[in-house]
Amino acid sequence: MSPTSTTAPRSPAADGRQVLESVVIRFAGDSGDGMQFAGLQFTLETALAGSDLATFPDYPAEIRAPAGTTYGVSSFQIHFGGTEIRTAGDQVDVLVAMNPAALKVNLQDLRPGGTVVVDVGAFTERNLAKAGFETNPLEDGTLARYQVLKLDISKLTLDAVERFGLGQKESLRCRNMWALGLMLWMYDRDRQATIDWLSKKFAKRPELAQANIAALNAGHAFGETAELGAIARFTVPPAPAEPGLYRTVSGTEALGWGLLAGAKAAGLDRIVFASYPITPASPLLHLLSGLKKYGVVTFQAEDEIAAVTAAIGASYAGALGVTSSSGPGIALKTEALGLAVMAELPLVVINSQRAGPSTGMPTKTDQADLFQAVYGRNADTPLPVLAAATPADCFEVAIEAVRLATKYMTPVILLSDGYLANAAEPWLIPDVETLPRFPVRFRTEVDGFHPYQRDPETLARPWAVPGTPGLEHRIGGIEKDYDTGHISYDPENHHRMTKARAAKIAGIANDIPLQRVSIGEDRGRMAVVGWGSTYGPIRQAVEQVRRQGYAVSQIHLRYLNPFPRNLGELLRRFEQILVPEMNNGQLVQMLRSAYLVPAEGLNRITGKPFKVAEIVEAIKERLGSR
Amino acid sequence: MTTAAAPRPVSSPKDYASDQEVRWCPGCGDYAILKAVQKTLADLGAARERTVFVSGIGCSSRFPYYVSTYGFHTIHGRAPAVATGIKLANPELDVWVITGDGDGLSIGGNHLLHALRRNVNLQIILFNNEIYGLTKGQYSPTSRRGTRSPSSPQGSVDNPVSPCAFALGAGARFVARAIDTQQPQLVEVLKRAYHHRGASFVEVFQNCVVYNDEVFADFTDKSVAPEMQLHVEHGKPLLFGKDRKRGLRLKPGTLELEAVTVGEGGVTEKDILVHDQTNRTLASLLVSLSPPAFPMVLGVIYCDPAPVYEDEIYAQMGTPVPGLQGADLNALLRQGQTWTVGG
Ligand code: SF4
Repeated sequence: MSPTSTTAPRSPAADGRQVLESVVIRFAGDSGDGMQFAGLQFTLETALAGSDLATFPDYPAEIRAPAGTTYGVSSFQIHFGGTEIRTAGDQVDVLVAMNPAALKVNLQDLRPGGTVVVDVGAFTERNLAKAGFETNPLEDGTLARYQVLKLDISKLTLDAVERFGLGQKESLRCRNMWALGLMLWMYDRDRQATIDWLSKKFAKRPELAQANIAALNAGHAFGETAELGAIARFTVPPAPAEPGLYRTVSGTEALGWGLLAGAKAAGLDRIVFASYPITPASPLLHLLSGLKKYGVVTFQAEDEIAAVTAAIGASYAGALGVTSSSGPGIALKTEALGLAVMAELPLVVINSQRAGPSTGMPTKTDQADLFQAVYGRNADTPLPVLAAATPADCFEVAIEAVRLATKYMTPVILLSDGYLANAAEPWLIPDVETLPRFPVRFRTEVDGFHPYQRDPETLARPWAVPGTPGLEHRIGGIEKDYDTGHISYDPENHHRMTKARAAKIAGIANDIPLQRVSIGEDRGRMAVVGWGSTYGPIRQAVEQVRRQGYAVSQIHLRYLNPFPRNLGELLRRFEQILVPEMNNGQLVQMLRSAYLVPAEGLNRITGKPFKVAEIVEAIKERLGSR
Repeated sequence: MTTAAAPRPVSSPKDYASDQEVRWCPGCGDYAILKAVQKTLADLGAARERTVFVSGIGCSSRFPYYVSTYGFHTIHGRAPAVATGIKLANPELDVWVITGDGDGLSIGGNHLLHALRRNVNLQIILFNNEIYGLTKGQYSPTSRRGTRSPSSPQGSVDNPVSPCAFALGAGARFVARAIDTQQPQLVEVLKRAYHHRGASFVEVFQNCVVYNDEVFADFTDKSVAPEMQLHVEHGKPLLFGKDRKRGLRLKPGTLELEAVTVGEGGVTEKDILVHDQTNRTLASLLVSLSPPAFPMVLGVIYCDPAPVYEDEIYAQMGTPVPGLQGADLNALLRQGQTWTVGG
């Protein structure tokens, strides 16, 4: 059994429901079946019930792939429980399959003995053929290892919404709500938030709102009245959590709000967010475009280069310039990042990584742009690189990116990924007013000013903004004289300026926290070192092997350039260093080259997050017996 | 250290010269344009601290270093995008974009197109010398067919782009032309560009003495200038020539222009078209004319103001314009469904 989906019953609850520690549910259907909506609403109701959770939406690259095909399958996975939940789960306990294609694509992830809920109404010969089934899997023994709930959800939905006089097509669109209603009943969740959401979403077409609510209620009532037996009546207790006000937050939301909080903490009034549509980064553009009334200007640029250069222009003019993209778009921004390094202007660059190279698999996650972020520019062009570990962590990392960008007058790359962008988790909402502030000081003093006069401590040049009388100056991509800020082609000056730019970024190591161990001792047989969204699976894997007595610790890096200054010394206290990455080995190589440590990679490049079991296995393989 | 200086009063073109030594080739047309711009700024009494020159890469793009305002020498082709960002951050700034034929129409064609169609309030001056100067003389996107250069030893076979036709096609609301050495006219055009709200596009014919000397001589040379230049004025007939007897009319029964002589073949002054700077169709016809069959049309060819991009962006933000310092981010974070865990 998967360590992440502990479904062993503990004790019967008061109302006779079986109490589960945690459950993984996957809603799967055609991309037009509304599985993402069903998943998100289940997430909300689950969060409101106090469970901890992690989600994993997985959708096809095609916007509307031909209905019923395997490549048009969209799914939403949620792992929730009464204990700390770190990942969306290795294996699925309950699979809701709205058609044969959804069953075909997702069955492999269902644990033996798991439950599959199928809409038999969608298992027509045509759909079976489109999914590539030669015989009906509901009848040919394919599902023998599972508990199967064969329900004619199509018909039950049609019956439930009949009185609203919708057409057949619109009526069947309510199937997702019927299925959601049933799952909410199965796991003892409320429906009110979903009813409110439907009323709002379909405010302009009340008959659709009513039909969807009727389907939801019908699914719920079906659970209540049908004799589904012990396979379908559970509850999951709330997870212990710090007291306070909570919400669910996706990585995209946390990132966007973090940028606002960061700019506010920097004393800035304006963010100019310039971006070009690209999967999976666009949701951030959408989010911020809705936040104009907070002082955010969004600019949908004509291309990636215009996006980054407009952001640079905005920073030059005294706002916080931010640009966001995914790997291929970041590649296009590369030359402009060199300009930002040379002009020494603050800039936040967000990369929501996806599987590549080139177009790769745009909707699938990856973390293979680390080299690109740290090294991927012409010449000696260092800049700070940070990575977010979880959806909620995006908030803090965004603030930190703004702090470093404005304090050190430098572009900062923030690495997120397709998984973080879309995944959600519960979040203890911070009080923005009490967050530490780091106000920028625009230069206004005229005496002794030149544009490359460095702060002796940070080595940052002054931020002298157009509009300031007496500070008129010229900057640009040409090398500047260290002492006057004028154009210079002097060989020794170029050497000196290159060293100064490098020292400025290297010096950030003194302004960031020392690297800590996430779990475990600060020495031992093995450190499992990660960065980015592998945090959850690594954490869960390390917790698991530690329970089994292995002296393994987790070290997770937020700062990838520069590294925290104690990192080398910390790593050397471990006999082995294992570096799981969703790439072909990048951090592992950086650690080896920086510290000459025998770090070893564990690399999976599948477009999907690591499974906990994969990491557990790799750890045990290397450590053998405890 | 003293704090913020008061704006210095400025009055002469010299006040707009930076302390940097100008490094164009002796005799380069860029010098004349620099002087004209400095005179324009002086005549306008432009506040140095509120004025920004943004450029890309190329000979012309060194321009900002020589002006005593704020200046940003960016990367090849991207100046219109950088300038857009500057205006989005602070619409109060006066932003001039300096670009060239290679910078603005080759590597940066896309950004020029979009800055024009968005109608960002910028003055965009394109120095057209029909050659790549800084990279030592390759033919450019405006070079005429057959241009011999290091990269086209047998003559170029690319069709040239017409900067003003491009600008009109992109939806520019202000399109003008001038010649580097005709200072009074150039200054006049630059002032008009400055006062126009929205993207103003000015093509300046600039002589590259080193790689493309006299490429515009067919209409700039003193001996042919009167016959080969038509300086348009809104509301005035489209007349040119030494004694202003030559003019443009619509060729009867067609949608083409025709150069005619008043008093010949029954042509009277009434037949000559009157310039209407708000007429886009006329502007398109005028910018497509070229020597030797026609004079080069100069001056403000098209001017028809439309809503300005950054004005509309800021209008969407609300009045008064909101800022992050006054924003209630706690309320933002608490929107939607929340729940409380008791302590
Ligand atoms: S190469 Fe031509 S355009 Fe460039 S500075 Fe020399 S003369 Fe001027």
